[in-house]
Amino acid sequence: MSAPSLAELVAERQIVITSGSGGVGKTTSAAVLAMEAAAQGRRAVVVTIDPAKRLADALGLGGEGIGNEPTRIDGSWPGELWAVMLDTKSTFDDLVTRYSSDPEQAERILANRFYRNISGALSGTQEYMAMEKLYELHHDDGFDLVVVDTPPSRNALDFLEAPRRLTRFLDHRLYRVLMAPTRGVMKAVNVAAQAFVRQVSKVVGAEVFEDAITFFQAFDGMEAGFKERADAVLELLTSPATSYVLVASPKRDTVAEARFFAEKLAEADIPIAALIVNRMHPHFTDEMPEALRERARHFEGTDLGGLYRNLADFALVAHREEEHLAGLADMVEPAPVIRVPFLQTDVHDLDGLAVVGDHLFDRT
Amino acid sequence: MDPAQFFTASRLVIVAGKGGVGKTTVTAALARAAAASGLSALIVEVEGKSGLAAMYGSPAFSYDEVTLAEPDEALGRAAVRARTLTPDEALIEFLEDAGMGRISKRLMTSGALDMVATAIPGIRDILVLGKIKQMERRRLADVLILDAPAAGHAISFLQSASGLADAVRLGPINAQARDVLDLLGDPARCQVVLVTLPEETPVNELVETAYQLEDRVGVSLGPVVVNGLYPELAGLGADPRAAAEAQGASLRDGEAASLAAAARFRLDRTALQAEQVERLREALPLPQLRVPYLFDADLGPEQLDLLAAAVLDGVAELS
Repeated sequence: MSAPSLAELVAERQIVITSGSGGVGKTTSAAVLAMEAAAQGRRAVVVTIDPAKRLADALGLGGEGIGNEPTRIDGSWPGELWAVMLDTKSTFDDLVTRYSSDPEQAERILANRFYRNISGALSGTQEYMAMEKLYELHHDDGFDLVVVDTPPSRNALDFLEAPRRLTRFLDHRLYRVLMAPTRGVMKAVNVAAQAFVRQVSKVVGAEVFEDAITFFQAFDGMEAGFKERADAVLELLTSPATSYVLVASPKRDTVAEARFFAEKLAEADIPIAALIVNRMHPHFTDEMPEALRERARHFEGTDLGGLYRNLADFALVAHREEEHLAGLADMVEPAPVIRVPFLQTDVHDLDGLAVVGDHLFDRT
Repeated sequence: MDPAQFFTASRLVIVAGKGGVGKTTVTAALARAAAASGLSALIVEVEGKSGLAAMYGSPAFSYDEVTLAEPDEALGRAAVRARTLTPDEALIEFLEDAGMGRISKRLMTSGALDMVATAIPGIRDILVLGKIKQMERRRLADVLILDAPAAGHAISFLQSASGLADAVRLGPINAQARDVLDLLGDPARCQVVLVTLPEETPVNELVETAYQLEDRVGVSLGPVVVNGLYPELAGLGADPRAAAEAQGASLRDGEAASLAAAARFRLDRTALQAEQVERLREALPLPQLRVPYLFDADLGPEQLDLLAAAVLDGVAELS
């Protein structure tokens, strides 16, 4: 049985996650996949993290106040296209509000300085909130397909590990040490820990610890809810409803990163459903670069020499790009590999997305 | 401008740019150019795994310093060295310096560090910058070149000092943050070199980053490096058949079309690149250094020399 094509993925799956390193056209690819689903008559929503400004404008995400809730994008497709620009902090705030036992608890947490730092800065928070958003949209009856553009990262599994990392953090045993000063009985037991805390406070300042203690106190009782949710998100991410599309460009370093991603996903038993390679140089000739170089040298100093030299240059680049990709393509087998050529202009409107779509879905 | 004057204008050069623009390549080329001018260079990496070692044809390096290129007195060439700096290692050193070496291990294993780092965003960054400041003070090389985290992150990385000086009012972290602020604010000690590709989105992002760095960090900006420009090539406007005829050569089947299509592609892209370079010049009044796109092969020492030569040509043209 052959692997489904990209068009079939977009037509059949409920979740598509694009991953890859920064600067390879991941966001654009994600937007095009969602747009294709809309063209097929599905109701699709694309979640992006930090799109280039003009793409954001094209997707209707440029204005003030638009972002964390789905915005509908009008276009001539039978289905629906929606877009979300993830706001990590608001998504986290929503979670806190959902799992707090009463509005006062939520308020205490939201106002805490330590929480405000966590919600913006804890490593992996952005990844986790992207997955949280995915979960929420997946369970929204208004959408058939959710496409998520993951934050650029060195580790493909950051977003898979993020839910667990967060609950581990919230469940931290240090929490108990910090809580000790307020619990009389524990006080004696924790003399050593207290001394330790005092010492750390000397370096970073006492307020930091006070904020943290207040946060953990306010958070008391909410860990279970968070953990349950994290487990549910993780289950969804590893279920057959979700497929992963790896996005790369054919440069040596980005291919190396893509291979690293592919390895990590394979270790986690997650198959790659498709590989998109953006910014491929065109293939002008089947002749070997060295033969063309030879002719260029023979006619050096003439127009013909320049023309041959140029053809040799591009033959060499195309050759090298294919060489880089060969190993990667083997790794993702039997997933289809889709090559998108270097485009003469950057994508900044829906027409531009449509042009990329023609390449992705083989309509050129 | 004389290269020695250029490279010693500030002792620390921070190379920053969006992912995929060739920041590491430019870092390697700048170090090579400095060394070719007789100035020793020390490259500091903060993210690791960058392929920098491979460009110098040398094995991967870590927290320990390695020599990427030996000095060559006959050629007037100084050494290029490199090391990686990670927040965890910088932290252990910091704690040792603060007289807390004994508990540093416990801090790591208990998870207290994670918590502290979360409670005070930017603390990891300030530790790395603090270590770099120390290296700059010790004059470990004529030129210290920092391959900064990708833009976006570069801004928060460099902004960590002012944030922390406010958040932590006393103690060694505060002192560290102040020292870093002094370093960043002094053009004789530190400048940022931004890297971009001659393409629309990278140019837009570079302009935005430049203004943010000036406004929010107050760091001085050196020349902008435009990486990946197609080198000029004569003869591309000619008709392949006429060009062949002029040489009494005959073309194979389909060759005229291939030659013409490839020439058109290069001319179109070169024009687009020139447009972006011009747009960058209008948007950002900073001198530009141009680094060519190399069709040749993967980057090795030989290609690095070509890039370094381009940097030095550009420096010579600066006023």
